[in-house]
Amino acid sequence: VNRFVLPLAAFGLLIVVLAVGVRRAPEKATIPSALIGKVAPAFVLPALAVEGNVIASSFDSNTMRGQWYALNVWGTWCAECRVEHDALLAIKAEGKVPLVGLNWKDDTAAAQQWLQQLGNPYAAIPIDANGRVAIDYGVYGAPETFLIDPQGMIRYRHVGALSATVWQDKFMSRVNPVAAAP
Amino acid sequence: MNWLTNARAASRGLLLASLLFASPWVSAVDPEELADPVLQTRYRELSHELRCMQCQNQSIADSPVGLAGDLRREVRNLLLAGKTDDEIRDWMRERYGPFVLFRPEFAPRTAWLWLLPGLMLLGGGVVAWRVLRQRRSMLVSDTDEVEPRP
Repeated sequence: VNRFVLPLAAFGLLIVVLAVGVRRAPEKATIPSALIGKVAPAFVLPALAVEGNVIASSFDSNTMRGQWYALNVWGTWCAECRVEHDALLAIKAEGKVPLVGLNWKDDTAAAQQWLQQLGNPYAAIPIDANGRVAIDYGVYGAPETFLIDPQGMIRYRHVGALSATVWQDKFMSRVNPVAAAP
Repeated sequence: MNWLTNARAASRGLLLASLLFASPWVSAVDPEELADPVLQTRYRELSHELRCMQCQNQSIADSPVGLAGDLRREVRNLLLAGKTDDEIRDWMRERYGPFVLFRPEFAPRTAWLWLLPGLMLLGGGVVAWRVLRQRRSMLVSDTDEVEPRP
């Protein structure tokens, strides 16, 4: 009997380790951002205008200090970005937290057309043509959305399409913790 | 021989020649190579150690996706700026987290990753040693207990 005890115990331990791993798989599927709780990297980029000239002016991320805002990384080549577009428009209509749309490695004319046809949910649209700013934010796939607080600190990062539920549960609950509690 | 077979032979020769010469030529004009051979070696090693976050099981050296290309560009720029390998790894980790490194750092959280293989080898050695010793003593007792035939 004694010779079976140790292998059986080892097998039991292995089962426990694997079961824990499988249970935690869904939350492990998205890699946590390394930038949570850190100051959002500052940048100045040319900005897209929805009407008129393609590039109107420049956008300086420092001008967003003192208020909550969400940095949404998108591109017209990104299928999931089309999925979340209506949710973005609803967030704009809600009017509580402005959206900054980082246009990631996109064709500016296509981006302009996209916003003219589908509606523009963004307060500003910095153009990250070579993807350098997206790398500073640790972006690995669009869409990604960062919640940034009035001190310029990154508080949350969502990978994948936004929805009304995600926006309320993950973003607004951080912006307004008291009101979100039932 | 008519003109057709001539043309065929010529095109076959051309194909062979292009296959023979294509690969070295392509690498010679590779825009991603660094002029300094020392930097180029470090670039090759580093880009194999960094994970492409978009595809996750490929290094940025192996992946064809756009983001991997952007990250290779940043590695080259950092090398040209005179950064050390550790500084470049830190630069990547600050942005993408420890997951970006294929070779995890030695930290309290990752200690078991590094120590477990050694511990298991040690454990296996102890088991093997005990089994061998037991077997030897069984052999000895075997010969002891056999009684000569009457």
